Amino acid sequence: MARTIIPFGPQHPVLPEPIHLDLVVEDERVIEARPSIGFIHRGLEKLVEKKDYVEFVYVAERICGICSFIHGQTYCQAVEAIMNVSVPPRALYLRTIWGELSRLHSHLLWMGLMADSVGFESLFMHSWRVRERVLNIIEATTGGRVIFGSCKIGGVRRDIDADGLKSMLIELDGIERDIRDITKVFINDNSVKKRLSGVGVLSRQDAYDLGCVGPTLRASGVAQDMRQLGYAAFKDLKVEPITRSEGDSYARCAVRCEELFQSLNLIRQAVSKIPGSEIAVKVTGNPDGEFVARTEQPRGEVVYCVKANGTKNLQRFRVRTPTFANLPALVKLLQGCDLADVPVLVLTIDPCISCTER
Amino acid sequence: MAYFEMSRLALKWALTKPPTSGYPFESRRALAGSRGRLVFTKDNCVYCTVCAKKCPTGALTVNRAQKKWAIDRLLCITCGYCVEACPKKSLALGTDHATPTVTKDLEFC
Repeated sequence: MARTIIPFGPQHPVLPEPIHLDLVVEDERVIEARPSIGFIHRGLEKLVEKKDYVEFVYVAERICGICSFIHGQTYCQAVEAIMNVSVPPRALYLRTIWGELSRLHSHLLWMGLMADSVGFESLFMHSWRVRERVLNIIEATTGGRVIFGSCKIGGVRRDIDADGLKSMLIELDGIERDIRDITKVFINDNSVKKRLSGVGVLSRQDAYDLGCVGPTLRASGVAQDMRQLGYAAFKDLKVEPITRSEGDSYARCAVRCEELFQSLNLIRQAVSKIPGSEIAVKVTGNPDGEFVARTEQPRGEVVYCVKANGTKNLQRFRVRTPTFANLPALVKLLQGCDLADVPVLVLTIDPCISCTER
Repeated sequence: MAYFEMSRLALKWALTKPPTSGYPFESRRALAGSRGRLVFTKDNCVYCTVCAKKCPTGALTVNRAQKKWAIDRLLCITCGYCVEACPKKSLALGTDHATPTVTKDLEFC
């Protein structure tokens, strides 16, 4: 049978960000997918030569527009480790709370996009409606909606007072009710279930061998979650990785649905245990050394490699983002799938292309 | 009943108040802690240029000799770093968004 190459992207209705795939198809079946990236490369890693290590937090936060806070936090953790800065415990708890809020809004955004990709427009709107409530909490506590700007080297810029934490918990109760309603549809509704079940099955061994991270890996049965490393306040909180064994698109959706409740639970745990202390310490001098920091983004593990040479500008800065780690798995998933399943499979790894290309 | 999960949800939300507001007839209310437009108060300023040096995007220009403070609104990312750095507390972040600019000129204060 004759083979045809169908270009998919970089501009495609299902893609939130530009990625290009050359799909080699036989009839309606995809034989091979060849991704090409680089449409939104911004050269952020090179910017360390122009911005000093304190200013660079703002650049790190802008690597991604969705998981911005955790990018800033990971960068700060790396620099703090090089400089032996002891971050006050309250700041660590606040970072944890904001990190989990970031995960909540990222997963809700993904759920909306996934509903959109399967043609469920009303569910898409309702998912984003709930996300708006999370964004309001973020704006009230940090000042920004998606670019938090509240993390700095040595701690955090803002505190949340007792009333703020109390009203946040009340709002989270309402959000949890809404999330419960939405996830019921994702998990139980037959139309969603039939569209996602058995689509793009990634075996446990394949997921591990291809170096998958985050919900993509956990949906294939590998219990790996960087929050178990105990960074920020996670050492004091109970984090159990959420896994599924099926490895299909439905499992990846179910893992993200359950992670919403896990994040809500972690925020509540953090609020109940938050200690009273300073929120930042003064950092003086320049970093000299090298450190690799790893944290759990909503999309999976992010690795920050920071190398400093005692000057105010870092010598080298490198980020390995979760989407980049999940791209080999996407190529594998697309081999042998139906052409109509491509949008669902591309979204199922929760692609963040601006992260990937930096 | 798995077929009617969404119908129930749609019905429930159809009976509640819409979460959207009637913009532009009803303007958006900024939240209390929101980081908005940078506000400069001339009275306290000693034109020390600390804000201009600290600004990560280079949006601020300060001329000590002429006692001029200027901002490029298109470059400002409302991060609040200058507000933290200002020794005389001449800078503050308002909660409202900056008004749209029609030129790329600096805004002198």
